[in-house]
This record gives sequence, C-alpha cells and structure tokens, in this order.
Amino acid sequence: MAENRAHQGPPPRRAGVSFKEVSQIGPVLKRVLAYTLSKNKVKAVVVVCCILFSAFVHIVNSMFLRTLIDDYIIPLTHQAQPDFSPLAWRLVRLGVLFACGIIATYAYQRLMMYITQDTMLSLRKEVFAKMESLPIGYFDTHAHGDIMSVYTNDIDTLRQMVNQTIPQLLNSSVTIILAFISMLILNIPLTILTLVMVFIMIMMAGKLGGLSSKYFTKQQMALGKVNGYIEEMMGGQKVVKVFCHEEKAVEEFSAINEDLRASASRANKLASMLMPLNANVAYISYVLCAVLGSVVAISGFTSLTLGSLVSFLTLNRNFTMPVTQISMQLSAVVMAQAGAQRVFALLDETPEDDDGKVTLVYANEAEDGTLTEAAERTGVWAWKVPAENGGEPSYVKVRGGVRFEDVDFSYVPEKQILYDINMYAKPGQKIALVGSTGAGKTTITNLITRFYDIQRGQILYDGIDIKDIKKSDLRRSLGVVLQDTNLFTGTVMDNIRFGRLDATDEEVIEAAKIANADGFIRRLPEGYHTMLTGNGANLSQGQRQLLSIARATIEDAPVLILDEATSSIDTRTEMHVQAGMDALMAGRTTFVIAHRLSTIMNANCIMVVEGGHIIERGDHDELIEAKGRYYQLYTGNAVTEG
Amino acid sequence: MLKTLVGNLGKYKRSAILSPIMTLCEVVIDVLLPIVISFLIDRGVSVGNMHNVLVYGGLMLIMAFVALFFGVMGARLAADASTGLAANLRRHMYEKIQTFAFANIDRFSTAGLVTRLTTDVTNVQNAFMMVIRIMSRAPLMLVGSLVACFMLNAKLSLIFVVAIIILFSMIMLIIRKALPIFRTVFDRYDDLNTSVQENVTAIRVVKSFVREEYENQRFEYAAAYLRNLSIKAEKIVIMNMPVMMIAIHFCMIALSWFGARLIVADQFTTGQLTSMFSYVMQILMNLMMMSMIFVMVSMSMASANRIAQVLDEEPDITDPEDPLFEVPDGSIDFENVNFAYTSKNEDFSKTEGEYVLRGIDLHIRSGEVIGVIGGTGSGKSSFVNLISRLYDVNEGAVKVGGHDVREYDLEALRNSVSVVLQKNVLFSGTILDNLRWGKADATEEECREACEIACADEFIQNFPDKYETWIEQGGANVSGGQRQRLCIARALMKSPKILILDDSTSAVDTATDAKLRAALTERVPGMTTLIIAQRVASVMNADRIIVMDDGRVDAFDTHEALLETNEIYRDIYQTQTNGADFDEPG
Repeated sequence: MAENRAHQGPPPRRAGVSFKEVSQIGPVLKRVLAYTLSKNKVKAVVVVCCILFSAFVHIVNSMFLRTLIDDYIIPLTHQAQPDFSPLAWRLVRLGVLFACGIIATYAYQRLMMYITQDTMLSLRKEVFAKMESLPIGYFDTHAHGDIMSVYTNDIDTLRQMVNQTIPQLLNSSVTIILAFISMLILNIPLTILTLVMVFIMIMMAGKLGGLSSKYFTKQQMALGKVNGYIEEMMGGQKVVKVFCHEEKAVEEFSAINEDLRASASRANKLASMLMPLNANVAYISYVLCAVLGSVVAISGFTSLTLGSLVSFLTLNRNFTMPVTQISMQLSAVVMAQAGAQRVFALLDETPEDDDGKVTLVYANEAEDGTLTEAAERTGVWAWKVPAENGGEPSYVKVRGGVRFEDVDFSYVPEKQILYDINMYAKPGQKIALVGSTGAGKTTITNLITRFYDIQRGQILYDGIDIKDIKKSDLRRSLGVVLQDTNLFTGTVMDNIRFGRLDATDEEVIEAAKIANADGFIRRLPEGYHTMLTGNGANLSQGQRQLLSIARATIEDAPVLILDEATSSIDTRTEMHVQAGMDALMAGRTTFVIAHRLSTIMNANCIMVVEGGHIIERGDHDELIEAKGRYYQLYTGNAVTEG
Repeated sequence: MLKTLVGNLGKYKRSAILSPIMTLCEVVIDVLLPIVISFLIDRGVSVGNMHNVLVYGGLMLIMAFVALFFGVMGARLAADASTGLAANLRRHMYEKIQTFAFANIDRFSTAGLVTRLTTDVTNVQNAFMMVIRIMSRAPLMLVGSLVACFMLNAKLSLIFVVAIIILFSMIMLIIRKALPIFRTVFDRYDDLNTSVQENVTAIRVVKSFVREEYENQRFEYAAAYLRNLSIKAEKIVIMNMPVMMIAIHFCMIALSWFGARLIVADQFTTGQLTSMFSYVMQILMNLMMMSMIFVMVSMSMASANRIAQVLDEEPDITDPEDPLFEVPDGSIDFENVNFAYTSKNEDFSKTEGEYVLRGIDLHIRSGEVIGVIGGTGSGKSSFVNLISRLYDVNEGAVKVGGHDVREYDLEALRNSVSVVLQKNVLFSGTILDNLRWGKADATEEECREACEIACADEFIQNFPDKYETWIEQGGANVSGGQRQRLCIARALMKSPKILILDDSTSAVDTATDAKLRAALTERVPGMTTLIIAQRVASVMNADRIIVMDDGRVDAFDTHEALLETNEIYRDIYQTQTNGADFDEPG
C-alpha cells in the first residue's frame, strides 16, 4: 500500500541507450535546465565560463607534449651547450596556466554544488507546497507509495541530472570540439581515422543500448514481480506460518527469483560490456593512429613531426574519453527521465481552487447584536461578507447552522454517489449518520469541509452558501475527528497545539483535561514533552484517539464532524473516550458517523443513509417506532445480503 | 558479516573468481601497451624504421583486441556473479524467514524484511559488482603502471611515488572528514521523508485544520537544514578534484623538466617520456577510482549488515527432537503460565510487571466453546497465540490434548489448532486457491462445505465467477466482513481439533455472526472453539467465558454466573445493552 514503490529502492544500473531513447529526452533535459537556470542565472554563466576555460587548459595540456618535444627537447639535443632556461621559463608559464585551470575547475564545482543544492531545496519546497495545495481527490486517485517515491527516488534522479549530467555533457562537448579543432591543425588524415573509430564506438553504444534496453525492460518487469511477491508474502508471513505453508512459499519464490536472476544477468551483462568495449575500442583507435601516424611521419607524406604525433595520440584519448562519457550521461538521463517527468507532473497539477470571498473573523458583539470586527480572539466569531459593490462588508455571527438543499454528488460523472440530500442541523444539534459501509456517510461530511464540490443543490452554513466561503476559513470553523488518528512526529504538546498554533501551554493542558487525555499524558515518561514518532506508535489506539480529540477541542470550532471516531476502540476504552467526546460536543453542532448505539442514541436526529439516499430520519424513539431499516440494524435482525 | 555474504555466492563463485582473473589479463596488456608505444617511437619513428613500425604496430593491435576480449569477458562474468549473488541472497533470506517464529518476525517488522529483500539486496548487488570489477582492476593498474615506470626510469618514478603518497593521504583525509557528515545527511534525509509520509497519510487532518502553511514552513525548515548539511559535506568532497589536478600537473611539469634533461643527457628517450606521461594519468586516475569505490562500498555496508542480520538470526521456535505427530483431542490446559514478548536469545531478566500474561492457570475440555473478552491490551491475543505455539511461554506450560505444545511437531500441532489471526490476509489468487491453503488437495465440494459453515457461500455464489473469483493482494476487492468469513472458511479446511477466532467477526454483522456460530456448533461438533470478541453478543452463548484484564484471567465461568459475580463483565454487558451494533451487514 503506502510503501509500494518507495520500497523498491534504486533501479539496477544500466549503461547504454538506443538512439530512439536519446531522441526522446530533449524536452525533459530542457525543462530541467530551464528550472535550474531560472534561479541561478549569474552562477550558471560563471560556471559555463569556468568549464570553457578548464577545457581549454585541458587541451593546452595535451598540445604541450608537441611543444616540449619539437620546440625544446629536439633542439636541445642538438645544442652543444644546452640552455635549459627557455624550457624552465616555459614550464613556469605552463604551471601558472595549470593553476588557473585548477582554480577554474574548483570554482565551477563549488558553484555547481550551490546551484544543485539550492535547486534541490527550491524544488523540494515547491513540490511539497504543491502537494499540500492539491485537492483530496488527488490523494484518492494516487497511491501514497507513488507520491512518496517522488520524494524518495525521483527528486534524487533530478539532483544527479543537475549536478552531474548537465555539466558533464557541456564539459565533454567543449572538450570534443576543442580536441577536434586541435587534431585538424595537427594532421587531417589521422583526424579522419579518429572520426571513423569514434563513429564505430557510437554505433556500437547505440546498438548495445537498444539490445540492453529490451532486456532492461524485462528485468524491470521481473523485479516488479519479485518485489510485489515479497511485499505480499511478508505482509502475510504470519498466516504462512499458521498454515504451515513455508515450503510452498519457498518453491514459488525460488521460481520467480530465478526468472529475475536470469533477466537481470542478461541485462547487466550487456550493460556492463559497454565500458570495457568503449575503452578498448578507444585503445584500438589509439593504436591505429600511432601506427598510421608513424608510417606517415617516416614516409614524410605529410609534415608530421614526432612531437605532433605524440600530441595527436594524447588528443585521440581526449577525444574518445568524452564520447564514452556522453554516452554514459545520456543513458543516465534516459533512466532518470521517467522520474523527472513524475516530478514535473506533480508540479503541473492544478491546486485546489478557492474563490470564496466570505472570511472568518473574530468579532465583538454589542448589546443590540451588532457585530464589529476584533483584532484578537474574543470567543465570538463572525462571517465577514464583502458587499457586492465594494462598500462596507456585513457581518454574520457564526452559530453553526448547516443545511443541505437538494444535494447531488458524484466523484466521477458516470457514477452518482449521493442523491437529493436534504437535511439541516440547527446550531448546537447533534446529527447522526448511520448506514452500511459505502452508503455515502463519509461523503456527506466531506462535502461540508468542501473536500469535494457538489454537482447540484447547495449547502448553507449560517445561511451562507459554502461555495462563497474561503475554504481555509470554512475548514477552520469545522472540527474533525477521524477513525484513523493521524499524529505527527513531535511532542504531545505540539500535536495538540496543531489544532490552534497560538495556544499557550496552559490552554493545551486545559484542552487535554476536557478531552480526558490529561491523565494518561501525565503518566507518559516525559508528560506533555514526550516525543511521538511513527504516528504515535508508542501509544495505544485509545490514547491516540484521545489526543486527536484534544486537538479538535483546542481548535474550538462551532461545528464538529466525528467520523467513526470510536470504532476501532474496544468498549472499555471507549468509556473513557466517550467522556472526552461528550465534553467536546457540548454546545456545538455535531455530525457524527458511528455504529455504536451509545454514540447515536441521544442524537437530535438520526439519518439512515443507504445507497446514496437518506431513507429514514428521526430520533431514536421515532425510528424504532417506524420499524424500518434502523429498527433492523438496531435489533440485529438485518437481512444479510452478499 | 562479509563471510556470511560471500558464502552466499554458491555456484556463482566460479564467475566471481574468473572475473578478476580476466580483468588481471586485461590490466597486464593495458600496462604493457605504453611500453610498446615507446618502442614504436624510439625504434620506429625516431630512426625511420618502417619495418619496426609495422611489427610493433601489429603487436599493439593484437594486444588491444585481446584486451578487448578479456575486458568484455570480465565484465560479463562480473554481471553474472553479482546478479547471482543477489538472487542467492534473496532466496536464502526468504528461506530463512520461513523458519522464523512470530517473535523473529516481530523483531524485524514486515517493512524491515521487505526493505532487506529488495533495496538492500540491490545495493549489495551494485556494490559487489563494483568491487569485483574495479577493486580488482584499479589496484592492479596502479601497481602495474608503477612497476612499468620503475622499469623505464627509476629516478623519474620517484616523482610519482611522492605524488601518490601526497594524493593518497589527502584523499583519505577527505573521506574521513566527509563520511560522517554524509551519514548525518542520510539520517536527516530519512527524517524529511518521514515528514512527507506523515503529510501524505494525514492530508485530511492537515486540510481540516488548515495547516498547509504551517506544514510548509516546517518542511522548508527541515529541507533548508538538509541543504546546509549537504553543502558542508560536499565542500569537503569537491576538494578531491583540485587535489587530484595538482598532483597530475605537478607530475607533468616535473616530468617535462627532468625528462628533458635526461633526454639531452642521453639517458632517456622521447618515446619513454611519452609512455611515462600515459602512466601518470593511469596511476592517478586509478587512485581516484579506488577512493570513489571505497566511499560507495562503505555506504552499502549498512545494507550488507542488515542482510547479514536476517541470515544470522536464530529462529526462536524449532521442532523438538523426538516430536509427537498426533494430537489426541481438543483439550487445552494452561499451567501457571507467565509470558512476555522477548527474544529467547536475549538474556531474560524481566520483572513480573513486564509480563503480558501472568499466572494463567485454566483447563478447557475438548469440544467446549469458549468466549474470551477483555479490553485492548488485556492479553487476549497473546493468550490464544500460545496454544498453537506461535510464541513460547516463559514459565509454566501450555498443553494441548494432554501434551506440552513443545513436544509436538510444529506442523502437526498447527494443523490441529487452526487460528484465524486478528490481522488476517488473503493472497492474490482465486477463492479456491486461498481456501486450499488449509488443505492442498481439497475438492471443490469440501471448500464449499467450509464456506457454508463460515456463511461465505452465499456471497461467493453472488460473484460472477463464484469460487473462481480472483482475489486481489490482501483481499482488497472483497469487503471486510467477506474477508473475515473467507479466512474462517480457510481455517476450517484443516478440519482442526481446535479453532481459534481472534476477533475474526468484528466486521460481520450481528445476525450473520450469530448464524456462523450456530453453524459451527451444529456442523462441526466436538471441535474446541475459542472466540475472542469485543461484542458480548458474540461470546455470551459460549459454554464458558474467560474475562481477561491486564494480563490475568479475572474470571472464567458461564454468562449467567459472570453477570452475577464479575464486575468487569457486567460493565461491558451494560454498555452494550441489547447487544446490537450498527455494523456493516455482509
């Protein structure tokens, strides 16, 4: 589930790509480059200059052999009294140039480090902020493991692209061009020979890449199968033990494991051949140049001095090495491409829209009921409704009245979930929603928080259409306690304060007391400062639920939504939780979804929801009297249907 | 630990040994090539001898092709060995896990085991490939090139020695400084991911409380911290490159100066100088390579360690030496049992307060239906888990059919004591496949019978594919109540003497629950049944009911007697008056 892809770890390394794959990476590279540049223009320009300079020094370095041999050593051997001072002077100048080259290299690496880290930081921030802004529907339709893997795997592949691939591609291209020009200057026939050999290398890499990508896909499929099997079987390992199924499990696993080994072996063999193949073909190219160059030099066919030949051989190496590097970097991009696309896909998602104008403000209420906006928390909240023509805004006191009028809803157009929902909760009333799983109870509450938008009808909150209320303010006025308690890494204090960030320690403790949580918190090793990790793994389910009730208590919202808040707690623990819950509900409009009778019985109105319709409504006694669906559920005489 | 891993090579040991040998051959040629080039220049080009040019040229070509062959073979064998190692590690770990007792599984956690079988194995595979490819190549190249240099000119070679020593110590210094920082970076990185994970799973809470901005700030703070820490580490690492370049250029200039003087003094040749230049690059490059691999390998050590933990783990529960294969009847006896969740391998020094079960002493007759009720953490599940020896007691004894469970063959015991676990899962496959876990050669008729008792037949018949319906991983495509009934049916397939239902009908509606219990007593008479439940209704009709509280048996009696005498039971009963819940029907 949540760990699906996040657990599969890094994909096996792979070298070599087909030409087809290379031709497809343009857009991704361009976007990565554009993203990086948009924030680091000046640094990037300096980096390019430094790379150019260091490539230049590199070529000078290889050309130097010619100068050394032809201009210094050979003349010196002919001098009776060799004068080494010109050579010394030359070497000093060279040393200075090298020093500059080293500084340039260091400077570009250091700048790249900042560019990469800053790009990663802003990318992480943007991705996270984007994720937080997405509608709930996004999280329903995307596996959590897939979202996680954007952070754990995909952003990291982008880091490599920014940090290594792009500078190396640039560096290698510049080196190739400079080496090519220098080779042309030194000797044209040898240059042609070198080009032919490089061409062979490129063809080979492409061919190998094509082959390897075929096996690579197979390997990925086998890997997916093995990882899927591992996740399923490890999840059910205890059942395997209980049924003595061990031998069968080993047998099945061995088969798919061997499949993976076979395809991984083939794919890796091909991929790992690329490096020695390239290196040795480069060697052959080097040898051929040496032989042909020697023949040319001896025959005097063209003017090729010994120094030029030696320099050319060094250039030959300088030419083939970046070719190998480019092919390696391109294959890295091909592999990273899918990850980069996933990152950008997340960045391109449309955030939750919010065009509500009505906002929630603190207010002071005068004797005659007129409201004035207050700067600080007063205990009275008001909806601030802006006037149509830009005049004075009007204020409506927040009381907590909620009304559904003819509401229809569907997640996807073809499949309607809710039909014609009409209901109302007067301020302070308790409304219970009962019915079987999938009947639409939770969906109804999700419409109040505007996690989803309705297709027809309207929902009014204190007489205002919730579409006109700013989403953040709407949600601030609704307290929510869910069946699955979610706590965050941090202290108990932090977790309760999550409900209202400006709450003082005393207020937090007060809220915990109301929610009946104070007692157990004090018994924790460090009381309110106990660190919670792994969604409160060190607490019991009931304790976690008490904390989430305390969190809702401190929020002090006029309307509460309790979605199966006590379902996963056993009856004895529930008695404690219930007390906290009752304290929380006092004086607030409450929508409660539950299947425990004790939670529902004293509701002002019980709605029985089946198949997206409200089929019965009334208080407990009325519904029992009616002997309908509620009566069936209540007495346990439910007709079982599949 | 390394020994444990290498021992897993198995039949791929041949490839793992041959690959470095191939590499060695390639290295020898690579080292010799510059020498042949110096011959080509000194004996061919410089003196204008075409014959020598062709001879040495031809020799070099042959050498290059031979090197090509060895290089490619070495790479292929390395790939074979590393993928083979990975496959063996996966299989051996998997086999080992099959021998684990529940306590072992708990110790590693499911997620921990999955990570070890997937990510960690991939890490080790990559590292191993690196080791046999480059760790065999780089040091050989280094030594070979150095030897060749000394053969060419010992005095000049001293320049290299100085450069190598300086470079080597610098690189080591850099690694030693950077590695610990990188480890912290990884830890912080994990923290960052944890906070993302929390936000993904808790997105409804974040949005309900309008805490997007707050969470953004928290994330930004953590991400910025990570960035600064990374920069601190990388600042050190990027020193590698300038150090390396200084070493190369120092050698170049020194070589040029002293080389020129020697050539002029006629003690050295131009060709030899050219070769020396090649060796400079080779030596320093390989030194660099080794340092990189060293860093990579030391980072994958954590993975290797985690794998070794699994392979070296001793299963807590093993078959006795002379086991009993027959369980005579379904009676269960607990004799002064104390139990705590702790490893057998750990030094057991728990105080009484840490026991999960304390002083359990009770006797259940064969064929009785027993209810078990109590709050969360009262020890209900621990209690029943001892019966099929999923865990071993610390003190006292659990007897089934009159014999201590530790005297039975595990498989025989577990086939007679069928447990439906609280967290039960179905596996991907058809319904029949899943049912046959209980009995491999069961006919469809037998499967159907079990499903009828478990009240599962009715809904299975409503599926278009009936018993051939494909169940998704974890049973995701059936409802909670349906899944629980299928799990009960699967457990019934064993025709056990004892059936244990650990809160197995919590998602089944009250009416069906009652029907199921009636069917069990009617159609499988004589089977001892233990029912753990939250609902009083699920246990009140049992022959006797165990009330558990805080690891002790508070009472063990009939429903009526408990109502009279037991306060806890009365409490639970009263909060559930009428016994009805609004559970989801079917």
